[in-house]
Amino acid sequence: MSKDIRIKKGLNINLVGAAEQTTSKAVLSNVYAINLSEFHGVTPKLLVKQGGVVKAGEPLFFDKNQEDIMFVSPVSGELIEVERGARRRVLKLRIQASKEQESVAHEKVDVASASAEDLKAYLLKGGCWPFIKQRPYDVIAKPSGTPKAIFISGYNSAPLAADLDYVLKGKETQLQAAITALSKFTSGKVHVSVGKSGNSPLASLNGVEIHKVSGPHPVGLVGTQINKIDPINKGEVVWTVAPQDLITIGDLLLTGVFNPERTVALVGSSVKSPKYYTTKIGAEISTFLYASGVNSENFRVINGDVLTGNKSTPDGNLGYYNVTVTAIPEGDDYELFGWNKPIFNKISTTKALTFSWLTPKKKFDLTTNTNGEHRAFVVTGQYEEVFPLDIYPMQLLKACMYKDLDEMEQLGLYEVAPEDFSLTEFVCISKQPHQEIIREGLDLLYKEIG
Amino acid sequence: MGLKNKLHDLKVKYQGKKMAPAFNAIHTFLYAPNETTHSGSHIRGADDLKRTMNTVIMAMVPCLIFGMFNAGYQHNLALGEIAKSVGFLGETFWTMDNLVVGLWKVLPLVVVSYGVGLLIEFIFAVIKGHEVEEGYLVTGMLVPLIVPVDIPLWMLAVAVSFGVVIGKEVFGGTGMNILNPALTIRAFLFFAYPTWMSGDKVWVHGAVERAGTPDAISGETILGGLAQNKGVLGYDVMDMFYGIIPGSVGETSALLILLGGLFLVFTKIGSWRIMLSSVLGALVMGLIFNWVVDADVITESSKFYGLMSLPFWHHLLIGGFAFGTVFMATDPVTASQTNKGKWIYGFLIGFISIMIRVFNPAYPEGVMLAILLMNVFAPTIDHYVVQANVKKRLKRAKVKTA
Repeated sequence: MSKDIRIKKGLNINLVGAAEQTTSKAVLSNVYAINLSEFHGVTPKLLVKQGGVVKAGEPLFFDKNQEDIMFVSPVSGELIEVERGARRRVLKLRIQASKEQESVAHEKVDVASASAEDLKAYLLKGGCWPFIKQRPYDVIAKPSGTPKAIFISGYNSAPLAADLDYVLKGKETQLQAAITALSKFTSGKVHVSVGKSGNSPLASLNGVEIHKVSGPHPVGLVGTQINKIDPINKGEVVWTVAPQDLITIGDLLLTGVFNPERTVALVGSSVKSPKYYTTKIGAEISTFLYASGVNSENFRVINGDVLTGNKSTPDGNLGYYNVTVTAIPEGDDYELFGWNKPIFNKISTTKALTFSWLTPKKKFDLTTNTNGEHRAFVVTGQYEEVFPLDIYPMQLLKACMYKDLDEMEQLGLYEVAPEDFSLTEFVCISKQPHQEIIREGLDLLYKEIG
Repeated sequence: MGLKNKLHDLKVKYQGKKMAPAFNAIHTFLYAPNETTHSGSHIRGADDLKRTMNTVIMAMVPCLIFGMFNAGYQHNLALGEIAKSVGFLGETFWTMDNLVVGLWKVLPLVVVSYGVGLLIEFIFAVIKGHEVEEGYLVTGMLVPLIVPVDIPLWMLAVAVSFGVVIGKEVFGGTGMNILNPALTIRAFLFFAYPTWMSGDKVWVHGAVERAGTPDAISGETILGGLAQNKGVLGYDVMDMFYGIIPGSVGETSALLILLGGLFLVFTKIGSWRIMLSSVLGALVMGLIFNWVVDADVITESSKFYGLMSLPFWHHLLIGGFAFGTVFMATDPVTASQTNKGKWIYGFLIGFISIMIRVFNPAYPEGVMLAILLMNVFAPTIDHYVVQANVKKRLKRAKVKTA
């Protein structure tokens, strides 16, 4: 029995630069890199020394806190650089790809008959465990736990995000293998959501509960779907997996090889011809960015979508979880009387001499300018209009800021991830860093309560 | 682009210095800053706090201009120099003579209010090293509109200093205060200098200095008249609606306040929930009083008769009720912050305003005290609204485990 989700609160941000549905093969990258800040909360212990040689799929490091979780190299080659930050913390690993690519081949498993424990161990050593995340805390799932349900959002509603129906097309066997394995890990169901009007390959899978979703962003965020389908209570854990990562998991289960190949959407108004590229995890973004061409010199590359992605550079590398790479103009310029003149070329949820409400279909070319300075919380009732969860957003943010653990818990911090606050952050008149506040709140709660 | 670059160089030069907030405050008035996002969402909405505050000020400007004409008109009318104006566009109202008198009286109020208030804001911003927040832009405009026209400027300066420091800065500045700063200023004036803030002499320019002389003129407001059972002093309903009556500078014209309120609701800056529920609250209280009078519980001999017998909806037009509801009850910092809470908060403001107005004939202006009272209770209202959400979450967990 499926339950359809339809939300009214939210905001669709229409931007220039959506990807055309054609896929090209990106040129091979010489150097691949893994940015460790993507794995939040992981304390890495390196298994390969600088200068060491690895095969694709061979573990590079593991998490000191949970030693089973292996992080593998996407390509075979030489580990040429270990970039370290303060207190010798490892920030980035760079691997120079070798000419001949060799992969570690694990013994094949029969997904249908294997036990949950065997499959877990298989994913852990095969390097696919980091794709499974858990809530509360929005970190990589604890392998020892049993989630009450697993959620997969097959509908990406974020601005300019890759069309998952397109990315997943033809990958039904991998998806099914991954779902079959995942369904053994949970005591409950595997919930998969698909767009109501779309034609998702996920819809035809067995062993899942399909939900059709419709409405504005953030309906495609998994947090919204959890809140509407089966909200997390204190003490409960759910796992989430992004659909593009299911393909990698499925490939490993079917072939025994870690397949780092990805179809990513290159989007944004700074890209001349936005479209899809096939490349590998960790590849240099420049290998496909300049193939599409850029419109100006002064732009920002974002690993992910404009609301939740990580800031990067053209010579940065494709993230571990990404299906979208965005390039938009930097907004580091002053604007004469920008605070009081009528505005037609930016998006606003108010009508205070901002006229985006007149042109709901118009596609905007937004920059990274904050459009104002940081202020204390003043205006109220604004976040609620774009926040469909049954949570009081401003009260929760304030609880995180003054670090009241009880209140954070009571107001529902267990249910959210920073990305759920990306829209409230976008509309915030006081320009408060919502996602950062929530992340710090989650970290504090994790540290204190675990 | 010379100016832009020069200012940018200055900004970089003084970054991190003591006076940087003061410089930035002025700089950002000219140019929206060149700041880019550095965490979380890479794009942001178009609005900032300056724009929000500016919208509220724009909604008040018609009231201010009308207030200037009205100040001159009431003065000249009381002196017997002009005839009574008929209707909103009456020919003796929108005259240069009236405007000149009004300008001379009202502009100094605006200048003192902004000058003193912003100076204090700048000093605090520099001392505490944070940016100058825009909260005072609205407060500074509200203050001249809610005081009697003849208030001495030094009193205003003292009250503004008190209101900004005690009402706002000690709590941590914009966004942290419990009481509406503009009303704190007015309340201070009201209790410190009551003879300048109430009675029948202060509402028309020139009435105070002529008091006791053969040229004495009256400056009674309608509320004052009603409180003394003298009726509505010959004003008809349309006079009240248009605002061609004595009163504080900018709060007389229900028509312009209504337009300002509609503008705020349209731009989504003002909370329609608070405005609507406050009007409902006032109507309910007015109806109760009308009913009490109809049931002959209160007779004409009672000192409450005048205000109680006033048709319930007239309460919306007289005194500062409309102004308070639209521009001060809706202050997002001091009002309830949850949508459900806003309904309760607004309703009680309307309800209590009319109650104080009727039962306290010495100071017939109830809306100021009602809003200040509800400012104090707003966090309590929010607490219970939020607790309902918390309980729901706990209950959900219990059902699961049971």
